[in-house]
Amino acid sequence: MAEVKLFGSWGSPFSRRIEVALKLKGVEYEFIEEDIYNKKSPLLLKYNPVHKKVPVLLHNGKPICESLVILEYIDETWEGPSILPKDPYERAMARFWVKFLDEKCFPAMWQACWSIGEEQEKAKEEATEFLKILEGTLSGKKFFGGDSIGMVDIVANFIAYWFMILQELAGFELLTKEKFPKLNEWMNEYLNCSIIKENLPLKDKLTAVFQARFQAVAAAAAAAAAK
Amino acid sequence: MEDEGVVLLGFWSSPYVMRVKIALEEKGIQFLYKEEENIFRSKSPLLLQANPIYMKVPVLIHNGKPICESLNILEYIDEVWKDKFTILPHHPYEKAKSRFWIHFFDKMIFDIGRRMWASKGEDQDAAKLEFLKSLKLLEEELGDKPYFGGDQFGLLDIALIPFSCRFYTYEMFCKFSVEKSCPKFMKWVNKCNERGSVSKALPNPYKVYDFVLEVKKMLGIE
Repeated sequence: MAEVKLFGSWGSPFSRRIEVALKLKGVEYEFIEEDIYNKKSPLLLKYNPVHKKVPVLLHNGKPICESLVILEYIDETWEGPSILPKDPYERAMARFWVKFLDEKCFPAMWQACWSIGEEQEKAKEEATEFLKILEGTLSGKKFFGGDSIGMVDIVANFIAYWFMILQELAGFELLTKEKFPKLNEWMNEYLNCSIIKENLPLKDKLTAVFQARFQAVAAAAAAAAAK
Repeated sequence: MEDEGVVLLGFWSSPYVMRVKIALEEKGIQFLYKEEENIFRSKSPLLLQANPIYMKVPVLIHNGKPICESLNILEYIDEVWKDKFTILPHHPYEKAKSRFWIHFFDKMIFDIGRRMWASKGEDQDAAKLEFLKSLKLLEEELGDKPYFGGDQFGLLDIALIPFSCRFYTYEMFCKFSVEKSCPKFMKWVNKCNERGSVSKALPNPYKVYDFVLEVKKMLGIE
């Protein structure tokens, strides 16, 4: 039995975060692909009964859930490049920003892509506001983590990859070079890191899945409007 | 920001602020407490400077640098004042479990807490049931241990206990008894309340109830 197992999904940014962290630390693991939209495995439901979501890390038979919790666990358990800074104040700042990313940025950006009309405009405004705040934190830094990628960079994966694909499909451009020069520079550096590059889902595959979902959403909206 | 040693910006009824007060007390750290008296109407310039993004309490200011978000503050306190009373569990797996349950509870109470005192009818009932379901999950996590931290009062205990001062309020609005539904949880609450740090930090539950009545009036909620 492998000592480390990861229950994840090929297309999930949360799942990919954990793969990056494990690879950064040189940890060997068994990846178990979960069909999160259609049928979750009995093991996933056993190891994450509260949320029933991926990712779940299983280490020596003990499950750890929630991507931010797993990232801290990985950093505390294995030697190798640090995911969180060493200084307590810098650690507190990193934790602040990852929470900001997951609780504010991600939902607003996701909503901006999937909603329509007024709701979408409002979401786009909110997302822009949050991205401006992030842009501000990158002053003079190559990565959020400084010279090398850290927890904030790992958690911001959604912005650099998933969102860029989604916004194009949704037909708008929020993250322009003009409005967000530093974020755009960061995205280039980030996507060029081999550890990031080699752990992203295939663009064509992801695009196809998102496209199908857009079509389904549009069809449902049309059906609702026709009633 | 000036360096005034350790400063805590707070509001008396915030359980998130109470978490920090308890932690500082357990660690024996001297601090200056600044109450945001007018938090609903106008936040102080210091708060707006220290926490410009969320504009919320608690904020810990240490050596002139602000740390926001209660869980971050607890971890920071534990990392800086290492030699006095350890808050976080020692083992990474236990740390992970504590963090997981705090995230779970915080997300739940943010929505459910408000619905229990602000909404009515089916929505309120559903919130009450969700709340009790969550307490039962926590009871399972507690098991036979005296504290969530085992023999020692720790991170998860500190994070959860402040909300006990709101139980009377929830019970009054939703017509139930935490004691009756979750006796094990109440036993833990009572044990925590024996600690000086907790009894110092938590306000009188009746005062909390009166305050919620005032807030409802101010917000125009029946």
